[in-house]
Amino acid sequence: MLPVQYYIGLSVVLFTLGALGVLIRRNAIVIFMSVELMLNAANLAFVAFARAANSMDGQIIVFFVIAVAACEVAVGLALIVEIFRTKHNINIDQMNSLQG
Amino acid sequence: MMVNLIVFFGLALVAVASAVGLLLSKNAVYAALNLILNFVTVSIFFVLLAAPFIALLQITVYAGAIMILFLFVIMLLGAERLSTGPVLPWQRPAAFVLGGILLVEAIYVILFRSGPATEAIAASSGFGTPEAIGDLLFSTYLLPFEIISILLLAAMVGAIVLTKKRKQDG
Repeated sequence: MLPVQYYIGLSVVLFTLGALGVLIRRNAIVIFMSVELMLNAANLAFVAFARAANSMDGQIIVFFVIAVAACEVAVGLALIVEIFRTKHNINIDQMNSLQG
Repeated sequence: MMVNLIVFFGLALVAVASAVGLLLSKNAVYAALNLILNFVTVSIFFVLLAAPFIALLQITVYAGAIMILFLFVIMLLGAERLSTGPVLPWQRPAAFVLGGILLVEAIYVILFRSGPATEAIAASSGFGTPEAIGDLLFSTYLLPFEIISILLLAAMVGAIVLTKKRKQDG
């Protein structure tokens, strides 16, 4: 195994790309996918530290993060489908009914 | 050691390239496929980090179920045709600046503030196997395990309730 800093550096780069995706993209589904990318980067950091510290706790946490991400994706996509039914559009710039 | 570095940087290149592909692709289906490639690459990293169960869990649940759900919804909504850029013109440069600051700061911390870069101690036998994870899940982490099952039930009920057609009154 390489020193843990390599894996953490990769995790940070992936996290930054996910954060950029959330800030830049306008399609709600692609924003959601960028959030999943950020979660994945955090999972990589957890597993790297678990291996470096020789402790299984990090892997258990990743197990729970994956389960929670699955639930969140199910509910989030149901919400997006519902929004699409009324607005016929998932561009987040159009979702401004609560504005003003 | 050299082989380790080559393998690591090769896979890291694929992971970062697919993440950039997710960021830049105009078609939502291409973005989803790039993300699947990213998940598979990270799963290979998990195998390198002595987490085989988590690696296969990642492929089965993340790349195999969550991304398929994304693809279903993308194709259901016809979201491949993507939209114009942001309404606020300063938003994109500001996002890049902030992302750059985060990256520079994190790389500074990793290079100059972390502990000594030691080779890891050898993993204990049975590290990362399903037996080890099952052992912990049913002893130390029993409560979160049960709560996750309730969370899954709540998510399932929530998704069904949200997408049910409303009954017309009167």
